[in-house]
Amino acid sequence: MMLETIWFVIWGILWAVYFMLDGFDFGVGMLMPFLAKTDEEKRTLYHSVGPFWDGNEVWLITAGGVTFAAFPLMYAVMFSSLYSALMLVLFALIIRAVSVEFRSQVASPAWRAVWDLGMFFGSLLPALLLGVAFGNIFRGIPIDGEGVYHGTILTLLNPYGLLTGVVFVMLFLVHGAIWQAIKTEGDLHQRSLSAAKKLWIVLLLVAVVFLGATKFATKLWDNYAENPVLLLIPLAAVVALLATRLLLAKEDCWKAWFASCVTIVSCTLFGVIGLYPNLFPSSLDPAYSLTAHNAASTPLTLKIMLVVALIFVPIVIAYQTWVYVLFKAKVTKEDLAQGAY
Amino acid sequence: MDVLLLSRLQFAATTMFHFLFVPLTLGLSVLIAIMETLYVRTGDEDYLRMTKFWGKLFLINFAVGVVTGITLEFQFGTNWSRYSGYVGDIFGSLLAIEATVAFFLESTFIAVWHFGWKKLSPKVHCLSIWLVAFAGSLSSLWILIANAWMQYPTGYTINEATGRAELTDFMAVVTQPFASIQILHTLASAYTLAAFFVMGISAYHLLRKQHTRLFGKSFRVALYFGLIFAIGTALMGDMSGLQVAAKQPSKLAALEAHWETETHAPFVLFFIPDEKHERNLYEFGTIPSGLSLIAFHSPAAEVVGLKDFPPDERPPVTVTFVAFRAMVGLGFLFILLMGIGWLLRNKLEDSPWYLRIMLLAIPLPYLAIEAGWVVTEVGRQPWIVYKVMKTSAAVSPIAVSQVLPSLLGFVLVYSLLGFVAYYLMFQFARKGPEPLKTGE
Repeated sequence: MMLETIWFVIWGILWAVYFMLDGFDFGVGMLMPFLAKTDEEKRTLYHSVGPFWDGNEVWLITAGGVTFAAFPLMYAVMFSSLYSALMLVLFALIIRAVSVEFRSQVASPAWRAVWDLGMFFGSLLPALLLGVAFGNIFRGIPIDGEGVYHGTILTLLNPYGLLTGVVFVMLFLVHGAIWQAIKTEGDLHQRSLSAAKKLWIVLLLVAVVFLGATKFATKLWDNYAENPVLLLIPLAAVVALLATRLLLAKEDCWKAWFASCVTIVSCTLFGVIGLYPNLFPSSLDPAYSLTAHNAASTPLTLKIMLVVALIFVPIVIAYQTWVYVLFKAKVTKEDLAQGAY
Repeated sequence: MDVLLLSRLQFAATTMFHFLFVPLTLGLSVLIAIMETLYVRTGDEDYLRMTKFWGKLFLINFAVGVVTGITLEFQFGTNWSRYSGYVGDIFGSLLAIEATVAFFLESTFIAVWHFGWKKLSPKVHCLSIWLVAFAGSLSSLWILIANAWMQYPTGYTINEATGRAELTDFMAVVTQPFASIQILHTLASAYTLAAFFVMGISAYHLLRKQHTRLFGKSFRVALYFGLIFAIGTALMGDMSGLQVAAKQPSKLAALEAHWETETHAPFVLFFIPDEKHERNLYEFGTIPSGLSLIAFHSPAAEVVGLKDFPPDERPPVTVTFVAFRAMVGLGFLFILLMGIGWLLRNKLEDSPWYLRIMLLAIPLPYLAIEAGWVVTEVGRQPWIVYKVMKTSAAVSPIAVSQVLPSLLGFVLVYSLLGFVAYYLMFQFARKGPEPLKTGE
């Protein structure tokens, strides 16, 4: 029981870290057509995510892998019932990745315009659809006792699902705009900063609506009513969100970005903790819900995985942090001249 | 068209496409690491230019390999959910370990290598490509352990109450010989493919007498590397065959289209299998006891024939047979070509006929490796986990209206991707090392 709960928490943290890291890549990708005016500015933005996006995306692979390893039944039912939505996410991720890598290879403006489009949609779609998927998980999915899904992709596009999607998009837009402000200079820096401030207001509005709607559309708040100390998590989200704006006003971009990181992580954890012990609740009958207990692997597998995670995840965090420090400087003309992007 | 067939087509198409890029990533990263090490140790700028030239091709290839790999992880859940639920306790943990211990390392340090030229000392920079190479091979190790478990499941028990396979002995899963030999065979073949790639493109430039010093060096580095691993591939292939013979008799029977159970089974050089009538036509060149000797290293060994398996437990014979012959034939050809290269190593530039052959040989290892996977995977059918679960029982409860669009989507997106990636690699390969700056 204890092991299953530990893995439930790790599962939630992995998704949270993934959203925190790839979130700014998505944000930059979505903002690019609106904030970068020249090819040079676009190249600066590609450079701002260049050394990071690939390592960030591995957190998704790991979150998926851990779902498979720790909660195989959840993995089976989640991926098959969200088939079309996840395939769209997958195609979008593929297109984003190759857009980043292929764009710079040929100088033709038409060539580059195609991949810029790929970058935009390849960032928007996963942000939106992962939000829609999580919104629906919060709310419950029409699965029967055999794990068979009774609905279509349109079933997922209900108001609450879409609202969660918009929350994700807004979180990532603010996150990405701050990242751009960190990594750029001059005009582009100013534009990114003011975009971050404006987008923040929209984020605040949808966040308030989301927290209210969650009360009516889901049972997430039940765990918090039962165990009020957990309210620290949504409280942290609110405080971090407000701090983001205050730090933006001071133009302290790094701290604002860290505050935004905390916002994203605590928002994700708010949902995950509210779900517990459910992983994939059924909207047809609670008895069909997949939980941390009925979907889990054997204690032996969970123990082995825990040892692997306790040894290797800190190592991963250490070298990824080193990479962020190594490439923390603003993107310069010299970087562009070296021509990676 | 049912969900099972479409899902199989989709998995086959996406895996085979993925594996057009993986072996080059595995092998070329090692070759580039060797080149950069030579640069760091000798200070010879040729090796630096070689590192950058091959590195450029490597990065394009790497990107496609990465994005198409994610597809496979997703599909276990989307299309093979019954399988995932049934064996996730064992199989899922192997994939998760792969991501945690290997894929993070590879994806993080490829960026360090790509962007770190000015930020790191030459030694640390060189270390980063070694880490990429190491992580790539480590990654394949875990994936192949997972695959080997599907070929020869071990270290598990079936829990009758939950109806799921459960892990009982992790070390048995990780250390089983089926896995270790498959890993060595796969890595050696990937290294061979990369050697052919480097030799072929070098040959192109040597034939045109451009950048001869640089491509002469590239060719030789790849030649020595490739000679070792072409031989290694064959040796490991032979051992792999012993494993198959001992543990997957139905695959052995299919890849030799062997119908009757017999001791002193002969090896037949040429024939055409006739699956319908359970016999072979136009047999030519029979070597007495040959098959027993090859498969069991003993002339008296008994080889079980296909007729001793119920028809619904036999793999497709013709496909497995043809793929196996192609793989083995090409494998021997590679050793021959590398051997000739060894003899000509001091006068390569004066042997245009050989260089021309090596340029044309670039696609052959790709063909051999894909054929090898056909033998492994088609030869395991109708099982998804040998003798434990049938492929038909593994498919998700999804609709044709979901799988058909995704399959068409993959065909479309992957064709485009493959076209663009190979177009770019072709352009850069032809252009040669110097004007490699794209910054404008």
